Amino acid sequence: MAIRDYIRERFMPHIWCPGCGHGIVMNNLIRAVENLELRKRDIVMVSGIGCSARISGYLDFHTLHTLHGRALAFATGVKMARPELRILVPMGDGDATAIGGNHFIHAARRNIDLTAVIMNNRIYGMTGGQYSPLSGRGKAATTAPLGNIDQAFDIADLAMSAGASFVARTTTYHAVSMIKILEKAIMHKGFSVVEILTQCPTYFGRKNRLGSAVDMMKAYKTGTTPVGSEAKKEDPELIERGIFVEEDRPEYCTEYENIIKKAMGVH
Amino acid sequence: MKKKKRKRTVNIEWCKGCGICVAFCPKGVMDLDESEKAAIVRPDDCVDCGLCELRCPDLAIESEEIDTP
Amino acid sequence: MSNKTLFLQGNAVCVEAALYAGLDFFAGYPITPSTEIAELLSLKLPRKGGKFIQMEDEIASMCAIIGASLTGLKSMTATSGPGFSLKQEAIGYAVMTEIPCVIVNVQRGGPSTGLPTSPSQGDVMQARWGTHGDHSIITLTASNHQDVFAMTVEAFNLAETYRTPVILLFDEVIGHMREKLQMPDPEDIPLVERLWTSVKEGTDFHPYLPREDGRLPMSDFGGIHRYNVTGLIHDMWGFPSNKPDVAHGLMHHLVDKIENRVHEITRYKEFFLDDAECILISYGSAARSALHVVESRRARGEALGLLELQTLWPFPAEVVRKRCAHAKYLLVVELNMGQILQEVKKAVMDPEKVFLSNKIDGTFITPTDIRNVLRLIQGKGV
Repeated sequence: MAIRDYIRERFMPHIWCPGCGHGIVMNNLIRAVENLELRKRDIVMVSGIGCSARISGYLDFHTLHTLHGRALAFATGVKMARPELRILVPMGDGDATAIGGNHFIHAARRNIDLTAVIMNNRIYGMTGGQYSPLSGRGKAATTAPLGNIDQAFDIADLAMSAGASFVARTTTYHAVSMIKILEKAIMHKGFSVVEILTQCPTYFGRKNRLGSAVDMMKAYKTGTTPVGSEAKKEDPELIERGIFVEEDRPEYCTEYENIIKKAMGVH
Repeated sequence: MKKKKRKRTVNIEWCKGCGICVAFCPKGVMDLDESEKAAIVRPDDCVDCGLCELRCPDLAIESEEIDTP
Repeated sequence: MSNKTLFLQGNAVCVEAALYAGLDFFAGYPITPSTEIAELLSLKLPRKGGKFIQMEDEIASMCAIIGASLTGLKSMTATSGPGFSLKQEAIGYAVMTEIPCVIVNVQRGGPSTGLPTSPSQGDVMQARWGTHGDHSIITLTASNHQDVFAMTVEAFNLAETYRTPVILLFDEVIGHMREKLQMPDPEDIPLVERLWTSVKEGTDFHPYLPREDGRLPMSDFGGIHRYNVTGLIHDMWGFPSNKPDVAHGLMHHLVDKIENRVHEITRYKEFFLDDAECILISYGSAARSALHVVESRRARGEALGLLELQTLWPFPAEVVRKRCAHAKYLLVVELNMGQILQEVKKAVMDPEKVFLSNKIDGTFITPTDIRNVLRLIQGKGV
């Protein structure tokens, strides 16, 4: 199928700002689904609220645009009810780790078969540029005019500690590997987390004088390194990208099927 | 030189003129036109890497297979 | 009605009724005094191939049942006071997206942590106005276990009929009290199943275009029609819209589908109303004491009656006005500071004839409490 076949064309062009990395994520998410030859009717996309969450409106899957931070909770209900469906859960960094942080760690702990795609632009874009749990110390935001004093999360570390069985990180610059990582994440049986560093030139970029979308993407090229590389040892400031964890662990819905068998046996 | 397999076009209705395709094209095939939209200005230099398509935030660069002689 | 007689807690009756109604999915979080509902369903649901999940919090439980319902499963959650507060945003989402589900709130004393193990009916107004924005909602209650069963089944039926969340507002006394339940046979109470669209695959499906009768046929998520569900104001395809006419139409649809059918949704019981000079209006556990007072006074020849409300929202104002028009005075009996009292005052022609007998100290209202207020109204002193 062509890319357009996955898009609800009447809503295009999309609402994202010029140069916003979210469009690149949508672009490559479609390509991953296309490469896997998945049927559109077998895919449910559940999103929360924020710039990132708007992705669900543009894609021709079963799409559920829910509440801020709660996408994974809704998705858990859908998946429990219909385990055969593939559930994609795109989220923003504030959506996933601030207001939705509890749902995030518990979905990871259960290892329920959902694919969480966290579009990390380190800012609340929809509301105009407030700092998020990913902004980091010293960064500027409309609610940190004197500099942010909040420590940032490391989403990959958080996901791994909480029990996610597939954890990866990529960037909008690394489109080719993004597609491959998304393919693996979607096919992985268990809770998979893909953190995608995505530029917000309008707020995070402008507030922090990071230049244009192009400049921000160049920084993803120079500021990241493949996981386990020598470069990281020489320059600890580099952000690792690639697959951190890919393990076969008991998946929640499969385990629940066993509960049903047990319950029916004792009945 | 690698044979071209795909022909690219820009959907200017969707393009927001961010310039990502222009900046990252390894062969300088793209440029922004007078209306600040992406344009394929040196098609003969295209090596068919496809990165402009993958990195386009507006999904505005499309391609179709072409017959290779 | 079968010969099967059970002796159960109200919470257990609610579970039996939910299963009778076709419950397939439950998500919850432990909270007193509703926890037994979750405990029982954690075993009973998988026994029938249904699904139970204890979520990480009350919010997640509410979200999960909405997700499950969207795929076609009859879904429920249960909670109490503080948990009910936490669920409110997602209840509003279910209202806006018209996803059927049932929320049980076994009320306890509040606000805040309040009196976790004590009865209260303090959440009547939260059931009505807990979520933000204009909306309408259905709320049912019951005063005894046979009615807990009936109203729970009714809640599922109304949720499916009107595609809306339905709140079951029980209280600690009802939830934890044990009494007899005559278990209905499978065919005794009619069940409303989900109305599925007959639109064929490949044909444009309008998930939010009501039929002439106001009902909205659904297509399950994961089924043949792909559509969008959003908490934003949306058009008939489910896509966001900020057009004033779309917003106006949707808001009216959401409110009118319930408020215009008050008559069909209203459930109530009446005792000795026809010649009653004094009518007690009560609901839930408080109605037990009210009925006791009415019956004992009737035995002495006094013209007392009881109007027991089972539908609290939409408020059955017309029933209250018509059935109580002849009474000299009305006495609302409830375990709060007068939440239904205000509705009754709004409904009747002479609000000054409406009085309150209540209890808000965590103890149950007794017939003596009610009789003391009656004596005051009747000018007999305490």
